[in-house]
Amino acid sequence: MINIDINKTLNGSQGKMNLRAALDIKEHEFIALAGESGSGKTTLLRILAGLEDANGTLKVSDKIYLDDKINVAPQKREIGFVFQDYALFENMSVEENLLFVERDKQLSSYLLNLCELYSLKDRFTNTLSGGQKQRVALCRALMKKPKILLMDEPLSALDPVMRAKLQNEILMLHKEFKTTTIMVSHDPSEIYHLASRVVILDHGMIKDDGIPKEVLLKANTPNEFSFEGQLLDIIKGDIEYIAIVAMGQKLVEVVVELDDMKNLKIGSSIKVHMKAVGVEK
Amino acid sequence: MMDIFSGLEFNPFLLSFKLAFITTSILFVLSLPLAWYLSQTTSKFKPFFEALTALPIVLPPSVLGFYILWALSYNSPLGHFFEEYFDIKLVFNFTGLVVASCFYSLPFMVQPLQSGFEGLSKNMLEASYVSGKGKFETLLRVAMPNIKPSLLTALIVTFAHTVGEFGVVLMVGGSIPEETKVASVAIYEMVEMMDYTSAHIYSAIMLLISFLVLLAVYIFNHKHNKKFGAI
Repeated sequence: MINIDINKTLNGSQGKMNLRAALDIKEHEFIALAGESGSGKTTLLRILAGLEDANGTLKVSDKIYLDDKINVAPQKREIGFVFQDYALFENMSVEENLLFVERDKQLSSYLLNLCELYSLKDRFTNTLSGGQKQRVALCRALMKKPKILLMDEPLSALDPVMRAKLQNEILMLHKEFKTTTIMVSHDPSEIYHLASRVVILDHGMIKDDGIPKEVLLKANTPNEFSFEGQLLDIIKGDIEYIAIVAMGQKLVEVVVELDDMKNLKIGSSIKVHMKAVGVEK
Repeated sequence: MMDIFSGLEFNPFLLSFKLAFITTSILFVLSLPLAWYLSQTTSKFKPFFEALTALPIVLPPSVLGFYILWALSYNSPLGHFFEEYFDIKLVFNFTGLVVASCFYSLPFMVQPLQSGFEGLSKNMLEASYVSGKGKFETLLRVAMPNIKPSLLTALIVTFAHTVGEFGVVLMVGGSIPEETKVASVAIYEMVEMMDYTSAHIYSAIMLLISFLVLLAVYIFNHKHNKKFGAI
């Protein structure tokens, strides 16, 4: 059980902001921390790890990590942290990165095998691909057998195929090591796939908290489908106009009526609604 | 050809290198914690310490030399203390030169180290803390191995700078053969006595050594950057 009740004044990109978070987290939960950038997600993670101080209390099981008098150093917290930019030790090989944390060759070999990294164990980390680096960072974070695993957008820099693969590995390791996991993520499909609970931060406040299915689908009515994208171009067809919209990595063509078209500006961000008529596999 | 060299005293060179080696060793040990502190601190006193360590770069060597001479002489409390209690004289001998050189070359050791430490990824250091390692172990096993080019630059430049110092050495040490007469002072004296042949040979040796030392540093850094990416 983790009890979080902290607050901290941040100097964010939009001026001063108060980060306030009160959460009770059950053991072995997998929490996704979502919200716009600058909403305080990373700071919350860093406070949990002891890398930043804050007011309030933080209790893990029966151990106090933070209160008025106590502020346990990051070294003494049973926490594993996966940084967004991996933060591997560049002067060490893959295996040495793991052994640096704990001289436990059995555990390091086990982890490296599990993540298909064993054949790379003697390589220096700057020769690895992004996905490989991220897996090394994940393995390294687990070398301490932490109670809590914190991950700051661990998959954001990877391509979709690698993402899907690593999502499965994260889930497997979460179960295998029985950690309580908190992961910052922007990707709804990732959150849906991995998390048992999602907490959405907005300007330092918890805006939403619940099961991913409920929280993520709340915005959409059942038989309507909508997405936001950027309007790239409008092409004149034979009888109607066609808008080219960029949705994530994909481009979509949408038919627009003349009246609607007048209000559209190329380059602006728009929301497209559709009635779902059928789903193909 | 041999005649020219046989008449030469090589003691000043030995003395220069001995002084540079000792100064570099002392400064390395002292500057590591200082540079590490300066790179990590968010204290408002940081600019004050930075300005203080950079002073020897801008001060005329005669000014620095004068203050050091004054501070170390028997008439100052510090010089008095050392001479009364430890029977150590700090001026016009080799010990005095070492002390003066440590002040004079301090910025050349601190600054490369500090900028090396500042260029390190903050997350990498924090990853070490989260892994359970304290500041000292992080400095030794993560920070230092990852700033090898800066370490080498600091060591070599400090060494070379100490070999090349002149004004401070002359003021604090004078020119006592086999005690404080280093190569740069010897060249000065040769020119004064119009012994240009010796001055030429000495100067050429200094030039060659300095160039080779710098070339070695640049080659190493070039290779290192190729291997690990520029820092």
